[in-house]
Amino acid sequence: MKNKIYRTFDEAVADVPDGSVFMSPGFGGVGIPRNLLAAVNRQGAKGLTGISNNAGTVDAKVDVGTLIAAGQVKKMCCAFTATPHPSQVTAFVRMYNNGEVDAELIPQGTLAERIRAAAAGIGAFYTPASVGTELAEGKEHREIDGKVYVLEYPLHADYAFIRAWKADTFGNLQFRLTQRNFNPIMAMAARITIVEVENDIVPVGELDPDQVHVPGVYVDRLVRIPPDGIWD
Amino acid sequence: MSEHRTTTEKPRLARQAMCDRLAMEFQDGWIVNLGVGMPTLCSNYVDPRKSLIFHSENGAIGYGPLASAETADRYLVNAGGQQVTAVPGMAIVHHADSFGLIRKGMVDVTVMGAYEVAENGDFANWRVPGRKGGGIGGAMDLAACAKRVFVALEHTTREGEPRLLKRCTLPITAPGVVKLVVTDLGLFELTPQGFKLREHAPGWTLDEIQALTGARLSAADDLREFRLRASREPR
Repeated sequence: MKNKIYRTFDEAVADVPDGSVFMSPGFGGVGIPRNLLAAVNRQGAKGLTGISNNAGTVDAKVDVGTLIAAGQVKKMCCAFTATPHPSQVTAFVRMYNNGEVDAELIPQGTLAERIRAAAAGIGAFYTPASVGTELAEGKEHREIDGKVYVLEYPLHADYAFIRAWKADTFGNLQFRLTQRNFNPIMAMAARITIVEVENDIVPVGELDPDQVHVPGVYVDRLVRIPPDGIWD
Repeated sequence: MSEHRTTTEKPRLARQAMCDRLAMEFQDGWIVNLGVGMPTLCSNYVDPRKSLIFHSENGAIGYGPLASAETADRYLVNAGGQQVTAVPGMAIVHHADSFGLIRKGMVDVTVMGAYEVAENGDFANWRVPGRKGGGIGGAMDLAACAKRVFVALEHTTREGEPRLLKRCTLPITAPGVVKLVVTDLGLFELTPQGFKLREHAPGWTLDEIQALTGARLSAADDLREFRLRASREPR
């Protein structure tokens, strides 16, 4: 069996090439792979496309916004391309307004389902969200049983950076409470899935198979967060 | 928030009173989704006769009140990123399943803030003029799919312009979905004839509210003063 355990975050992301598409989960400050994003920031890959709920927040913590501020990202696919209040100016907002980074604004449920579609081998799907709004303009519409839907396509990625609560050496993953958010669907959607783990990575057989949120077959690399890593 | 009111005006309703009033409409057993900001105040109105299931976009189904320093768990947050408490029976799902619940139409009511509401039931809450981009979050999915959309917003802008309009001027979040609107001047039902004033803020007349509204108001047959939380009602 291939060893999936990497000693450092830097080794785990060393091969991320310029121009990659990556997924980064997290919601409300929970479940964000901050250690892996910090490593990608150090690694310096450029021209990246990010898929994430938002494009970084105003707090000083490492998130997708760290890569954007460093000029590593050319495009974001996300549910927020503005901050809740105009007084909150993130690196993304500043660069988006200046045309230095591109973005596709996607309703959050459509974003999640497009990721899930990629994870599930679905070619496209119809959703009622955004019908009648400017976000549906130019998209294929279809009426099914009297209700109008728009056609949406999967979002694929080269890499998913994942934050998990527990893992075994095969890569079976567990999340805790709302840390789960986008983590499972992104872990299952990307071509290469890299995970930062909060607890000691246990031998296979120690996680109850009925309590596995992401099967290890989807997971390629695991790094245990060290005591001096980013914890919150 | 009442700081921006012109000084000559009569008092308007407080945000908590506005959200209390919407929460009075919730029925026992409803699945409730509260938008970020003002709508979260709806959860401060607790009626022990009703059991509500609070759902948040990040996959918490059946979470409890906001957490205190003692009860906070940094792994459990609501849609606004606020730490909330777990209550018995809570379940956690991932983001795609959380929105599956929304799209299936299981959310009985979603309460959202807005910049504008129109008499045809359209509303706008994701992009403001002069700003590139917007913040949609889960609003379009919720607005298109929840059984009922309630909106809470100030009756007028900081400049005194009406927010209840014939047609939205901003890009809409969903067409024709709003059922009930609370503002700091009253409670309005959306009917095929447009906004119907059901309850007015204390001291305000229909004509005075009409003067600050960008669409024609009708009066409910049983138009009455705004229902406030009674002192005997639990906090």
